[in-house]
Amino acid sequence: MTSIGTGYDLSASTYSPDGRIFQVEYANKAVENSGTAIGLKVKDGIVLAVEKLVHSKLLVPEANRRIQTIDRHVGLATAGLLADGRHLSNRARDEAANYRETYNSPAPLKDVADRLGLYVQAYTLYSSVRPFGISTILGAVDQDGPALYVVEPSGVFFGYNGAAVGKGRQLAKTELEKLKLSELSMRDAVLEAARIIYLVHDDAKEKDFELEISWIGPDSGNLHVHVPKDLFDEAEAKAKAALETFE
Amino acid sequence: MDHIDFNRLKTGEVNLGTSIMAVQFDGGVVIGADSRTTTGSYIANRVTDKLTHVHDRIYCCRSGSAADTQAIADIVHYYMQMFSAGKAPTVHTAAAIFQKMCYENKDTLSAGIIVAGWDESAGPSVYNIPLGGGLFRQPWAIGGSGSTYVYGYCDATYQEGWGRDETITFVKNTLALAMSRDGSSGGVIRMCVITKDNVERLFVPGDKLPRFWEGQEVLGDASKKVADTAVPMES
Repeated sequence: MTSIGTGYDLSASTYSPDGRIFQVEYANKAVENSGTAIGLKVKDGIVLAVEKLVHSKLLVPEANRRIQTIDRHVGLATAGLLADGRHLSNRARDEAANYRETYNSPAPLKDVADRLGLYVQAYTLYSSVRPFGISTILGAVDQDGPALYVVEPSGVFFGYNGAAVGKGRQLAKTELEKLKLSELSMRDAVLEAARIIYLVHDDAKEKDFELEISWIGPDSGNLHVHVPKDLFDEAEAKAKAALETFE
Repeated sequence: MDHIDFNRLKTGEVNLGTSIMAVQFDGGVVIGADSRTTTGSYIANRVTDKLTHVHDRIYCCRSGSAADTQAIADIVHYYMQMFSAGKAPTVHTAAAIFQKMCYENKDTLSAGIIVAGWDESAGPSVYNIPLGGGLFRQPWAIGGSGSTYVYGYCDATYQEGWGRDETITFVKNTLALAMSRDGSSGGVIRMCVITKDNVERLFVPGDKLPRFWEGQEVLGDASKKVADTAVPMES
């Protein structure tokens, strides 16, 4: 890296002479080291899935979730530093609750993404703090139907039909592009999400991992919940089977 | 606070002892109000406009303290301008903010507000926010001191499925009746028709108000005497 030793990477409040902020770019590196997280916006709902890398066999299965619920209709999946994800999800919950309090109605996802974007961006302004080492996928079914956003360490956020962040994002994105997302049912989207996570994990030849899938839509009563066990098991089994035939 | 003091205007405070109303119909809402503002028995303004703009297609009718309701409407107007969902706020959103302020400051405010308008998601809607700061969606709402005299008229007259013109007539007649009985209401009738496309203002001058039965001389006229034999009523 050309930045090392120049001194321009020591603080998030200093530009390099060619206009970059290296601390933000390093934050993106932290995201790239993390297990993949994907989000699918399909016909009438949202599916989120993450590859949770398990660093110890002693960890309790299904503990330390990386997909979190922000409001009844909003889910959040992060890739990057786990603690940063926890902190940002707490902030997202506060923002969603604050919107409810003020306007007496559930927050549109765009407003939540907007407020989180402002919050994350503020951490790129001061020498006393470091930028967030996470990319955040936000999913919801709000007044206008399904919505999917990604907030990056710089604070920018974009809306997507399919999103992928973390180590395997490149392969995941090419797989997502092959799908006809707008025609997919939520059940099929869960199967595809599981398949993609297994595929990108296999590609990286990483250590153990745990699959985590949640959804929001008519199948879940428009609430953000982890998918039911029978569907989860079916998706996982089919994902494993697909890997066999893939090779 | 062991009881709510309903008559808490300070001496000399300007009061909207009022008749206000809002009715929804298929394509929009009609809101209306009298024009009297009083300080005690003195009419401080006889052409007041109590129909207050809060957003492009959202208005409110104000009753209670003129100062309180103007201040609240100003704040909600500001909130609506700050609203950033990329589209116009809903009537429910505006009403929820009115309600929050009326409820949280119920001990210091005297404000009875009706919020009405048109939005993309709900179409026409009317929300009533009475004194304690409740929030109620209603097909029609009346408010202010004059409204107490015309609840029966409204219950007996209102019908679902009216068009624009029938709804205007209903609002005009109701307000005229309320204004004729309530000493704190009077002057002219101001109305607004809020639809998807525009907001139309209507005005009925004090000498063109709809007139109803106004009483007649009975006492002392022997020829008008009614037979005192009681006859059973039919059906």
